Amino acid sequence: MATLTLREIQKSYGSLSVIKNIDLEVADREFVVFVGPSGCGKSTLLRMIAGLEEISGGDLIIDGQRMNDIGPADRGLAMVFQSYALYPHMTVRQNMGFALRLARVPKAEREKKVAEAARILQLEPYLDRKPGQMSGGQRQRVAIGRAIVRNPKIFLFDEPLSNLDAALRGQMRIELARLHEELNATMIYVTHDQVEAMTMADKIVVLQAGVIEQVGTPLQLYHHPANLFVAGFIGSPRMNFLKGRVTGLDGTGLSVDLPSGARVALPVETATVGTGDAVTLGLRPEALRLDPQGPLGGTVRLVERLGGLTLIHVDLDRDGPVIVQIEGSDGTAPHQSVRLGVDPAAGQVFDGTGKALPHLVRHPLTH
Amino acid sequence: MRSSLTAQLLIAVLGWGIALLMFFPIFWMVLTSFKTEGAAIATPPQLIFAPTLESYAEVQSRADYLSFAFNSIAVSVGGTVLALAFAIPGAYAMAFHPSTRTRGTLLWMLSTKMLPPVGVLVPIYLLFRGAGLLDTRIGLILIYGLMNLPIVVWMLFTFFKEMPNDILEAGRMDGAKAWGEVWYLLLPLTLPGVASTGLLSLILCWNEAFWSLNLTSSAAAPLTTFIASFSSPEGLFFAKLSAASTVAVAPILVFGWLSQRQLVRGLTFGAVK
Ligand SMILES: Nc1ncnc2c1ncn2[C@@H]1O[C@H](COP(=O)(O)OP(=O)(O)O)[C@@H](O)[C@H]1O
Ligand SMILES: [Mg+2]
Repeated sequence: MATLTLREIQKSYGSLSVIKNIDLEVADREFVVFVGPSGCGKSTLLRMIAGLEEISGGDLIIDGQRMNDIGPADRGLAMVFQSYALYPHMTVRQNMGFALRLARVPKAEREKKVAEAARILQLEPYLDRKPGQMSGGQRQRVAIGRAIVRNPKIFLFDEPLSNLDAALRGQMRIELARLHEELNATMIYVTHDQVEAMTMADKIVVLQAGVIEQVGTPLQLYHHPANLFVAGFIGSPRMNFLKGRVTGLDGTGLSVDLPSGARVALPVETATVGTGDAVTLGLRPEALRLDPQGPLGGTVRLVERLGGLTLIHVDLDRDGPVIVQIEGSDGTAPHQSVRLGVDPAAGQVFDGTGKALPHLVRHPLTH
Repeated sequence: MRSSLTAQLLIAVLGWGIALLMFFPIFWMVLTSFKTEGAAIATPPQLIFAPTLESYAEVQSRADYLSFAFNSIAVSVGGTVLALAFAIPGAYAMAFHPSTRTRGTLLWMLSTKMLPPVGVLVPIYLLFRGAGLLDTRIGLILIYGLMNLPIVVWMLFTFFKEMPNDILEAGRMDGAKAWGEVWYLLLPLTLPGVASTGLLSLILCWNEAFWSLNLTSSAAAPLTTFIASFSSPEGLFFAKLSAASTVAVAPILVFGWLSQRQLVRGLTFGAVK
């Protein structure tokens, strides 16, 4: 049982404000991912939760108890560092047992817990090695093992996979998700990689410049981003953005005219916009399709064939470049003229300030 | 290829030259200690002579070498332990929990080494007299510890700075308090640096003469005082002085020889890691 509440948490270095009034609830056994571009304050926030960084303002509450002034040793949390931060002079066994040794846990019990963690992480053959004699992936597992052995209230991860190669990263992602399942633990995970966030999180917190942009499940963020920043950050390939003007609105949505004269109608709430307002259309690559009757016209610049997917880069006539994602292998060739259709249920409209107009058709998995 | 070989040769010759130059006074001192007083001051200096141990016998009959040597060991070890005991927590705090004044504190500590010790001799002497510390080993340990503190703090600070902060933070998350971090993580991982700092402090204490000459007379007098007692304003004393000096520096020379590997390893710690 472990819950975490952040109430108006702030951090400043001198006059530089790095974290600005963050409010957040983390439920018991939740896997929460903080994601955002480099330098947005993810690590700082995590380190404040850990107790490694002083909190400049607000309340940090763990299991109902205010923890601002409790030292890291007494918060009952465990952290996995990007650099692994293993103790180089100790064996794997000693690394994993260090916390228990400090807590004066009897040797027999210590050995049992280390053995259990080693079994979960398949580290048994390496228990008597020093970290220097292990590969990056193995070291990472030792760092995780060190956290598991303590049976912490909350696991904290700071970009734990960013020093691994792509294949290993994919494998560790699955392993971490499995671990979350198996340990039934509350986890907070920091990354700048939206794929890690999408694949592992129960709840994603998108940060930018020390502010929360949106909190939600992966699919909520993907299908109903709150603003341009989240829309552009989540999803790969990136969402296509097209500038246009509102030309008509009613209870069922609005229509937008693009510079080329093409008209697109989308079912969104229109309370906050009027005819003539400048807006941005957000169309995911899979919300576009090749359609001889479609409203958008352009020339194919490049085709990426991934086998199961085809990514077609199209320069629209006067409306800008877009990427179209099509299932399966497609024969479209560069320099070809194409027309594109739009799936209205998957399109977004952002007002002049970048805020999304709420969609009238909610994706069924985002309730 | 050719030019790099020439450069290597040049460096080797230069290195040997400097080493010989620095070693020569010690060599001459040892040589002189085996001469008679007459031969010691002969011009031109004699390289070939009949060696004699009479200076050593004279030195031992006039003063008890072992008691001086014991004092030297006691005050050197004591002063070094004292300096380390204060410098390790101090350097830890400055390296891992710096404040805006840390830089200034470090510079200020170093600046105290720029003051000639004789400038504070009178106040220190009076303080020692008042506290009953004159001619005591405790008094000398105190002064040696404080004398080396700035250098020891500086060296430890530099070594500690090499240590990745992450590892200490991991220890903190694992439940270590400040002492646990220092004892289980920082010291084991910076041991070569800490050891070479200790060795340097030992050598500096061993060779210190100003304070020992002024603050001790007999009971706590170390070997530097023992040497000085063989220089006299009249008569011949060079051979005896050389003999006394030889027996005084012999232990630290042997010690330095044995620990040179450790010293070099410590002083190049950052580069190798
Ligand atoms: N000790 C510090 N002093 C001043 N600024 C800092 C310090 N640590 C971090 N920052 C600043 O705080 C911001 C957030 O840093 P960080 O939390 O490490 O970002 P992230 O982990 O999201 O990449 C950055 O702009 C960084 O420059
Ligand atoms: Mg970071």
